[in-house]
Amino acid sequence: MRRFFEGFIPILSWFAGLLLISALLFLVAYLVYRGGSSLNLKLIFGETAALDALLLKRQVFDGIFPAIAGTLFLIIGSMFIAIPVGVAGGIYMAEYCSGKVKTVFNLLFDILAGVPSIIIGLAGLLLTIFLNRHFQGQMATCLLVSCLSLALLVLPYLIRTTQTALETVDPAIRKTAPVLGASRLQNITLVLLPNATSDIISGIILATGRCAEDTAVIMLTGAVATAGIPHSLFGQYEALPFYIYYISSQYSGPDELTQGFGAAIILLILCTGLLISALWIQRRLTTLLLYR
Amino acid sequence: MMGRTYSVSEHLFLAAAVFGGLLTVAVFCFLFLFGLPLLQSGQLTNLLFSPWEPAKGVFGIYPMLKTSLLLAVLCVVIAFPVSLGCSFIITSLAPVPLRRVLLLVIRVMSGVPTVVYSFAALFLLVPLMRNLIGQGTGMSIITAAPVLALVIAPTMILFFVNSFTRVSSAYTLATDALGGSETQKLIYVILPQAWPGVINGVLLGFGRAMGDTMVSLMLAGNSIGVPESVTESARTLTAHIALVMAFDFDSLEFKSVFVCGLFLYILTAALMLLFRMSTAYSSGKK
Repeated sequence: MRRFFEGFIPILSWFAGLLLISALLFLVAYLVYRGGSSLNLKLIFGETAALDALLLKRQVFDGIFPAIAGTLFLIIGSMFIAIPVGVAGGIYMAEYCSGKVKTVFNLLFDILAGVPSIIIGLAGLLLTIFLNRHFQGQMATCLLVSCLSLALLVLPYLIRTTQTALETVDPAIRKTAPVLGASRLQNITLVLLPNATSDIISGIILATGRCAEDTAVIMLTGAVATAGIPHSLFGQYEALPFYIYYISSQYSGPDELTQGFGAAIILLILCTGLLISALWIQRRLTTLLLYR
Repeated sequence: MMGRTYSVSEHLFLAAAVFGGLLTVAVFCFLFLFGLPLLQSGQLTNLLFSPWEPAKGVFGIYPMLKTSLLLAVLCVVIAFPVSLGCSFIITSLAPVPLRRVLLLVIRVMSGVPTVVYSFAALFLLVPLMRNLIGQGTGMSIITAAPVLALVIAPTMILFFVNSFTRVSSAYTLATDALGGSETQKLIYVILPQAWPGVINGVLLGFGRAMGDTMVSLMLAGNSIGVPESVTESARTLTAHIALVMAFDFDSLEFKSVFVCGLFLYILTAALMLLFRMSTAYSSGKK
């Protein structure tokens, strides 16, 4: 009986692995099958000439260029806010914080990391309503609110990766500079941070991927189906994941649907590309440091 | 001893951490304040266990709550054996080069946007389920569950593999020396040693399944009734929040969304607390 059981485990495991990988391949193959034919410049720029669109001379109407631009703006805006706060917070957590305070902060950031993204989006929406009520302004959901919310979403990841990267610096390296008379701050900026760069950068890239893929936050904080290229921080905008969601429920014909599949492929390439480059940087820099 | 003087940048480090921590609390307070009118108006238990009937002025979140829990449990039930099997392969059953490739694939899988999964499944799985169930649109809890399982499986696998590889080599080498097979090593040595990690992985996966919006929003159908079976269309807590824009901002429906949000927040925070405590417990035991 036991023999039988032991013989079965590998078979079941291989079956499980096969199931997972084939499910993944099946979905990706289906995406390519339905959307592969649409992957050309027309998908992105529609009938507008590519150069004109890139130079913002003419608006793109039936391409996904505004959505791609919106996603890029989102990424830039939210990372612009999240990176300084996240890295600084991570440095504090790793180098200055200790005892009970550290336990509390650790717990808070864990909770924040576990909060579903839709709730972060809801908080962004609430902030807008709150500002609208108290300042009587014409504050509506906009690119800025989305960037703030996305920054909050990735903040715990950035703090965590920075903290872990600093805490795992080799103790021998960590102690050298202070022994030679360097201050704590000098030790951090001149020794610890350069040693932890690869991990921090790959953490930042992973966070960027999260910003690019998240749909729940932006659908509550200002992403709309048609807005053109965002002109200001206080305007509504289009974004790639929201476009895909919108197409899934509102497509008017097979052409639009094919365009949706094309957009899904582009988003998939963008996110997996970011992830692979994060892994690559981590590996490459570690090997560079180890085998130099 | 002289008090230590800190430079400006060191104060900024502190400020950043405090800022992040305060935001965590602020999100909670925001949800609480906006949901307060509804929390005051009815009994909390009433809110949690009554159906959603706006015509009668009843804004219970019970249908959404039941759907969320049902979907998350179903999804973990599907994902757990698959993830365990995959982590067995990656830890020891596969040849070494294949292990690396598999691990890389799983890592990359964890970055696939959920909206892309849902989009593909919407046109692939939903028609299939429509024929299988034989009624309705094909969007149901049972349609969303396998896709959601695909979303949380990488998280669980990475966690399992991590805790398996951390099992002390003293045990695994001893098993090898006694002539145990790879399978015997996995079942009788590694798994019993790493079970706290396995439980934590499941907790983490469960939390992700509860918190995911796009899969249930796009595939579960979003009808508001209490689901009687898994083949019915239903709405999760997250999907209910996502559909908030459909409500008037001053209405009680709108307020009820914050009760949903508050409940989700508390639930995920509690899961995280449980996760931390069990991690601390298992690392303290060693």
